[in-house]
Amino acid sequence: MAASSATPPQTPAGRRFSVGPSVGLLPFLAYLTVFLLIPTITVLVGAFQDDQGGFSLQKVGKLNDETPLLVLRESLLLSISSAAVGALLGALLAYLIVTAPSTSVLRRVVTAVCGVLAQFGGVTLAFAWIATLGFGGLLTQVLADTIGTDPNGISQLYELPGLVLVYTYFQIPLMVIVFLPALEGLRPQWREAAINLGATTWQYWTQVAFPLLRPAFLGSMLLLFANAFAAYATAAALVSQGSPILPLLIRNSLTSEIVLGEQNFAYALALEMVVVVAVVMALYAWLLKRTSRWLS
Amino acid sequence: MTGTIVWRVLRWLLLLVFAAFFAVPLLALLNFSTRDTITKQRTGAAWQALTQDPAMTDAITTSLLLALFTVIGMVVLLVPTMIWVRLRVPAATRLIEFLCLLPLTIPALVIVVGLTNVYAWVNYLIGDSALTLAFVYVVLVLPYAYRAIDSSLSSLDATTLAEAARSLGAGWFTVITRVILPNLWPGVLGAAFIAVALVLGEFTISSLSHYNTLPVVIVQISKADAPESMAAALASLLFAAVLLLALSFLDRSRRTPGGN
Repeated sequence: MAASSATPPQTPAGRRFSVGPSVGLLPFLAYLTVFLLIPTITVLVGAFQDDQGGFSLQKVGKLNDETPLLVLRESLLLSISSAAVGALLGALLAYLIVTAPSTSVLRRVVTAVCGVLAQFGGVTLAFAWIATLGFGGLLTQVLADTIGTDPNGISQLYELPGLVLVYTYFQIPLMVIVFLPALEGLRPQWREAAINLGATTWQYWTQVAFPLLRPAFLGSMLLLFANAFAAYATAAALVSQGSPILPLLIRNSLTSEIVLGEQNFAYALALEMVVVVAVVMALYAWLLKRTSRWLS
Repeated sequence: MTGTIVWRVLRWLLLLVFAAFFAVPLLALLNFSTRDTITKQRTGAAWQALTQDPAMTDAITTSLLLALFTVIGMVVLLVPTMIWVRLRVPAATRLIEFLCLLPLTIPALVIVVGLTNVYAWVNYLIGDSALTLAFVYVVLVLPYAYRAIDSSLSSLDATTLAEAARSLGAGWFTVITRVILPNLWPGVLGAAFIAVALVLGEFTISSLSHYNTLPVVIVQISKADAPESMAAALASLLFAAVLLLALSFLDRSRRTPGGN
């Protein structure tokens, strides 16, 4: 106390750095600038440049063409439907396991499997479904015999309905992971309080639990949407020709060397993707704040 | 009373349906990888090829080395920075958190589109090798690594530890490497596990930069030898599963001694 009051304006004795401790953050900031910020800024700027480097709205304007619009629509459709199905079924599965004690084998197995499938599937999941419904797949013959599909493999697997099915396969696990904490936050005391006040189970769910869970549910659904919208590996492994969704159209314009100027169009498409994902993630962060007010 | 019985039966039925939905594609993968495409007989040839096919072994080596370099890069870059922020620059906490979580909002696909210029320099300075992917992979694993290390760091009274070490004459380097880091071990290990699993499965950046990592080769081989690629796909998924399961046990053993 005496020492600090004796020399208040000076830096504390024994400190060796005069430039300030913030310098210690420079390596980290420099690294992120090079490998995260510069690529992002390259995309943002590149989308508004013409081939000579001047300002131009030509590429962004091309997003209004028929193909990019159609692809964007398909991508939104895929993301919305797989997020909706994934969120509903994932919330159901989360509820089925949250009623088991947290140390139970069931719960541990389900969360571990969900962790693997939600984050590390990628290429593997595409192959798993090809092995199930593709040529010579496990269920292909069974389905051909019972409901009369093509015995040489179900061709819809490589189109939008198939993508929704395969995406659901990693969306449900992701929903379980992000929604489980919210379900765990529902205190048993609230249910007891509601029942003490004379509520039925139905009334408890519709008037207490659902309103409490709604922000968490919508937030998780937004996260699932962003996850599906930006996913690339599964679709790329599944669909080798054509580009029915936005990530594959980006692949197409990155790798195409036939049409000149097509390669730079990837900047505009990537800009479109980052704008959609950023808006959705901002909404997600906002909903998360509302959730944490009650369920922490 | 009948209500609870109906609910119990219904609960198990629903769980069975979910189990079937998730198990069938994986079983199909196993089935496909252990069967000859023409004779339809059981064979382990595809699984054997994983260790014999040079393209496959090269890819596995590349991916494992990439995982190693990514983990090293992540630890060297992130851990000292996070400790430093906690001890000396708490005002930057929000900034660092924001930057670490940013890769969740910027899809890998967008990063790869803008990466050409940066990698032109990297290849010019270091050379053209698949292993240079480790630089950008460090960025990809940041959000997951940050969370793992942050939870470990929060459960620690880092300031007191640092003050104690400093009053005994330790320099900042000693404080970080020999006082704080040993206490962060579980968090760092968790971050490393997740990083390894992510790198082994990463396809977006490696395929679009034309480097032959494991997932890229799996897709290439699928056109010529489907069973082998299915075997490799299943093997990498199982490897990731083992890593994550080990992580969950690590997590549990960390919590039990604290009694909380």
